[in-house]
Amino acid sequence: MELRELLLLFVAVCGVVFVLVMAVMAWALLRSNNPARGRPQTERSMGRVVSAAIVGTVLVITFLTVSSFYATRSIDWREADPATIVVRGQQWWWQFTYLDADPAKAFQTANELHIPVGTDVRLRLEATDVIHSFWIPNLTGKQDLVPGRENGLTLHADKPGIYRGQCAEFCGLQHSHMALLVVAEEPDDYARWLEAQRRAAVEPADGDAAAGKLVFVSKPCAACHTVRGTAAGGISGPDLTHVGSRSMIGAGLLENSRGSIAAWIADPQTLKPGNNMPLVPLTSEELRQLTVYLSELR
Amino acid sequence: MKERIALDLSKLPLHGTGSASLTFWGTGAFMLIEGMGFALTIAVYFYLMSLAPRWPIEAPPPNLLPGTVLTLLLLLSIVPNMLVSRWAQRKDLRKVRLGLIAMTFMGAIPLIPRFFEFPALHISWDDDAYGSITWTILGLHTTHIVTDLIDTIVLACLMYSKHADNTRRYGDVEDNALYWNFVVLAWLPLYGCIYWVPRL
Amino acid sequence: MTGQAKIPSPADLAAGDEGAEAFLRRTWSTPSGLLAALSTVDHKVIGRRYIATAFLFLLLGGVLALSMRLQLAFPEARFISADRYNQIFTVHGSNMMFLFAVPVMEAMAVYLVPLMVGTRNIAFPRLNAFSYWIFLAGGLLLWISLALDTAPDVGWFSYVPLAGPQYGAGKRVDLWAQMITFTEVSALAVAVEIVVTVFKLRAPGMSLNRIPLFVWSMLVTAFLVILAMPAIMFSSSSLILDRLVGTQFYNPSEGGDVLLWQHLFWFFGHPEVYIIFLPAVGMVSAMISTFTRRPVFGYLPLVLAMIATGVLAFGLWVHHMFVAGLPRLGSSFFTASSMAIAIPAGTQIFCWLATLWDGRPVFKTPLLFIIGFLITFVIGGMTGVMVASVPLDTQVHDTYFVVAHFHYVLIGGSVFPLIGAIYYWFPKMTGRMMSERLGRWAFGLIFTGFHLTFFPMHILGLQGMPRRVYTYPPELPWAGLNLFVSLSAVILAAGFLIFFIDAVRSFKFGPLAGPNPWNAPTLEWATSSPPPPYNFRHIPVVRSAAPLWADGETLPVATGLRLDRREVIVSSVMAAEPEAREAVPANSIWPFLAAIATTIMLIGSIFTPWAVIWGAIPIAITLTGWFWPKQTPEDES
Ligand code: HEA
Ligand code: HEA
Ligand code: HEC
Ligand code: CUA
Ligand SMILES: [Cu+2]
Repeated sequence: MELRELLLLFVAVCGVVFVLVMAVMAWALLRSNNPARGRPQTERSMGRVVSAAIVGTVLVITFLTVSSFYATRSIDWREADPATIVVRGQQWWWQFTYLDADPAKAFQTANELHIPVGTDVRLRLEATDVIHSFWIPNLTGKQDLVPGRENGLTLHADKPGIYRGQCAEFCGLQHSHMALLVVAEEPDDYARWLEAQRRAAVEPADGDAAAGKLVFVSKPCAACHTVRGTAAGGISGPDLTHVGSRSMIGAGLLENSRGSIAAWIADPQTLKPGNNMPLVPLTSEELRQLTVYLSELR
Repeated sequence: MKERIALDLSKLPLHGTGSASLTFWGTGAFMLIEGMGFALTIAVYFYLMSLAPRWPIEAPPPNLLPGTVLTLLLLLSIVPNMLVSRWAQRKDLRKVRLGLIAMTFMGAIPLIPRFFEFPALHISWDDDAYGSITWTILGLHTTHIVTDLIDTIVLACLMYSKHADNTRRYGDVEDNALYWNFVVLAWLPLYGCIYWVPRL
Repeated sequence: MTGQAKIPSPADLAAGDEGAEAFLRRTWSTPSGLLAALSTVDHKVIGRRYIATAFLFLLLGGVLALSMRLQLAFPEARFISADRYNQIFTVHGSNMMFLFAVPVMEAMAVYLVPLMVGTRNIAFPRLNAFSYWIFLAGGLLLWISLALDTAPDVGWFSYVPLAGPQYGAGKRVDLWAQMITFTEVSALAVAVEIVVTVFKLRAPGMSLNRIPLFVWSMLVTAFLVILAMPAIMFSSSSLILDRLVGTQFYNPSEGGDVLLWQHLFWFFGHPEVYIIFLPAVGMVSAMISTFTRRPVFGYLPLVLAMIATGVLAFGLWVHHMFVAGLPRLGSSFFTASSMAIAIPAGTQIFCWLATLWDGRPVFKTPLLFIIGFLITFVIGGMTGVMVASVPLDTQVHDTYFVVAHFHYVLIGGSVFPLIGAIYYWFPKMTGRMMSERLGRWAFGLIFTGFHLTFFPMHILGLQGMPRRVYTYPPELPWAGLNLFVSLSAVILAAGFLIFFIDAVRSFKFGPLAGPNPWNAPTLEWATSSPPPPYNFRHIPVVRSAAPLWADGETLPVATGLRLDRREVIVSSVMAAEPEAREAVPANSIWPFLAAIATTIMLIGSIFTPWAVIWGAIPIAITLTGWFWPKQTPEDES
């Protein structure tokens, strides 16, 4: 049974019970007084009705429990294959590691998860710091990422599209801004995307972008961020190798554009107060060059 | 409302003893609270154990000696404790006084092996979760011994004061004895947990 | 006091001697003056204080709710910073649960239970005084920390590791954990008092099947407190230990476990919600009988349902952890047990409906709140049944759907009956009636305001809005409903405001009530309003579950209690046969001093473990002062 149907079933059954209870209450309140009030006979017949209602309650909740149980099974029985993607939640962004039998083909990305449509994608959920919760409302229910434990979740998209998700477990200051996007693609598109992501970062031709690269590796940026193919190998911030290809930055905070990248780098603490990226002092020239460089990392 | 006298209670005693005493029930309720506390620490102990690859996580099992000595001392203390309780029931002031002094020692002496129990664990509270829970169990139980010890001392002083010869005081002595039995009995599962479970 | 000749005898009182009654009054009274106010052990004075303080916390918590609603009214609003918001919802939740809902129910019991069982004071009156001061200290601790901008900011259930030593910076979480300790100590103290009062201080003849239902509900609640609170004591203490001295309970890299916290918290936290709800069941049962003019239908099933709820309450905690990664199929067991709660809940509802059916409803304000309760609680219960289903919960967990569920059951299920109960018992507590007209306005505004505020939250939750977010982006479809919710919250607040105004005004100017303005059947109405310090001139003798209806105009009473000391009747647990005339302690300043000593110790121990050792000494001294006999008549035996 699908989740949607289960929800409708519960709402319908509970709705009917509610209406019945309310109807009895309204009738009890409105009816003119019964002359037979409190006589042993009324007590007895009320006793019978109340018992019947209790029996009815038992039947209804048994039915609901059993349907819930079957829905659990049909949702859970899909977890067959080993995980192919590791999701790591951290304050306050998502890191995705695409595993591969060939370690050279494995790679990392952030905040935007691509999956092929029509197949089950098995995720392994881990947390670096505190508990987070992975939740894509339109694809599947949530599952917590718990430090010291490993959880799993299966994603399955039938239709291509972009699905928004958001961390659901309170995880501190910027819990509100810990969103992610799931991009479900046709298998061909997905394969192309994988191919592109596996490549190292594009080498900037010259001019601003090349200058920006220099700024990036010489400033503290490189201590926190990785850009594969360069000297930048920090791991406490998102992998930026293909940051230009993502549609949002800052875990769903801003649409990706030159302007927003510049704004982010110029003052991350105002845009997302308390997040773990500090304000790195830059001249406006450096900022412009960095922005050009980063937005060309597609 | 108008009143109609239906019952005359002037013949009732001025103080309830045994199950007619309020403090008896109050002590019982507090024992229930603390018993639940002990049960939870035991549950946490087994929970952590079920998660650990080895148990103890990173330590040899604790030395048996101090814990076992303490256990024997506590069990031994039950005898004078019951006697004090019986004397209190009989309102035998002289014996109760002596008994309370004896119980002061019987309560204080176990603190000596208890002092050695902590090092006998071979682990510090902040080393790992095993250390944390075992220290917590010992610490929690020690506060119980100390609380009852202080209570016993205060009672002993009271029994040497002018307030002594009073049914209420004897009742207090009985409740204190009851509580000491609880402290001793609660220790037994804790002892089993700390000292024998790691050896299973 | 020594002039034996001057002490009147019980027979004088029985003969209607006014001097004798004055003497009795003097024995039991609380003199005026600050010292006396700090020393009183009268359960009515303490109960009233307790209730007023808890309602003050409701008001303050409500103001926090309004400020959250202001921030959430518009997407990306900047009225309140992220850090402030996190403090606010944490304090709102912790305050409402630990400083309002639980204490207010216990406070009602502190006031009412001794009157309802027909005795002159609660068992362990000094412990009762101590409990109030400790509660007050805990409340001040939390609110002062909010005023200083260092309030806890990790939610009312403080999940580790966010609350642990590594991520919970500063002393914020310690303040939270210690506030818990304060409220637990006070709740446990009251629970012990209630158990012993109900077991041993019932009026002669009040056998088990004649105990008023409110008293039953408080008895079950008290047992829930006794069995559930040790879990939160353990968890909050171990959290402080982890933070202060480096124990590793919750550190996975040293053999600790993050989910252990959740198990311990919810093993307490679920019973906690029934600790809040069961007293409301008792209140509804008490009031519904008065306002339908017949005994409540199904006394025995109602008692059994309360006990069943209490027992089941300990088997449900995992339903708060359905997405934490425990085995799914194992979790289904907790689906079943959670749903099973619908059986006792339904039983209660059906019994009340039957009472309404056969009764002659009198539409006074308390009955209006009962009707509001029935409507609202059944909806809240239904959403409870929905979130109890594992697959549905994976969607709605930690969303506004759950926020809607718990406000429906907390406010609809407990606060509505509570406000009705205030209208109902206010005349007893103050001697004056509240306004029926303002009462209707309050009900109308609270009821409509409530549903307009909280019903849309179900939809927001289904639309994917998570809880505990200080803001949300404008492109999501949540803005409209949020604005609507926030505006409706103003209606709700207006309703509460009218209620508060009515209460304050009536306290001074309400029409005089007389002993039994509602013509109610239970013992608290057998004495004057407000009751004299000794509650009853003579302890009533009980012969039915509705004594004031059964006995006509004259109440059978017992004589023989001394007038020169505070004497109560101790009776047997089952049949309530008198066993002794027991003295209960007189006023004393020591509980207040002991509470101060305890407060210093508890607050000090946030900063250094040595505070526990040094702080124990003043506590021991004050406790000794508390229990040391003072050669009063109360010490005679
Ligand atoms: C007064 C408080 C109160 C009460 C009474 C309840 C009552 C119930 N609650 Fe609720 N609950 C809370 C307070 C309360 N709850 C709080 C505070 C939280 C959130 C904590 C947090 O996360 O911050 C919570 C969260 C919560 C969750 C976790 C949700 C999540 O976090 O994802 C669940 C899951 O099972 C749940 C279930 C239930 C159930 C099954 C009942 C049942 O008792 C309801 C039973 C009643 C009825 C069903 C209605 C009457 C019955 C009939 C008319 C008979 C006919 C009925 C049928 C046939 C169905 N509650
Ligand atoms: C009994 C408990 C109780 C009560 C009564 C309430 C009452 C209210 N609650 Fe609360 N709530 C909780 C228990 C309770 N809540 C809990 C446990 C949480 C979870 C916390 C957490 O996640 O950790 C929560 C969380 C919570 C949230 C979610 C926050 C989030 O997740 O980000 C919201 C949001 O709207 C909310 C709103 C309200 C509102 C509008 C009221 C209203 O009913 C309040 C109405 C009352 C008043 C408004 C006071 C009277 C007003 C006046 C006298 C007017 C005077 C005012 C001025 C002059 C300004 N509550
Ligand atoms: C101390 C570590 C640190 C330093 C130094 C740092 N960053 Fe970051 N950066 C982060 C973290 C952490 C995030 C994720 C923030 C979030 O979304 O909460 C981030 C996010 C980003 C993003 C958005 C990525 C995405 O996909 O959302 C960009 C772009 C970025 N940083 C660029 C830079 C540049 C350019 C510099 C140097 C000027 C820099 N960072 C310096 C830690 C750092
Ligand atoms: Cu991560 Cu909330
Ligand atoms: Cu629950």
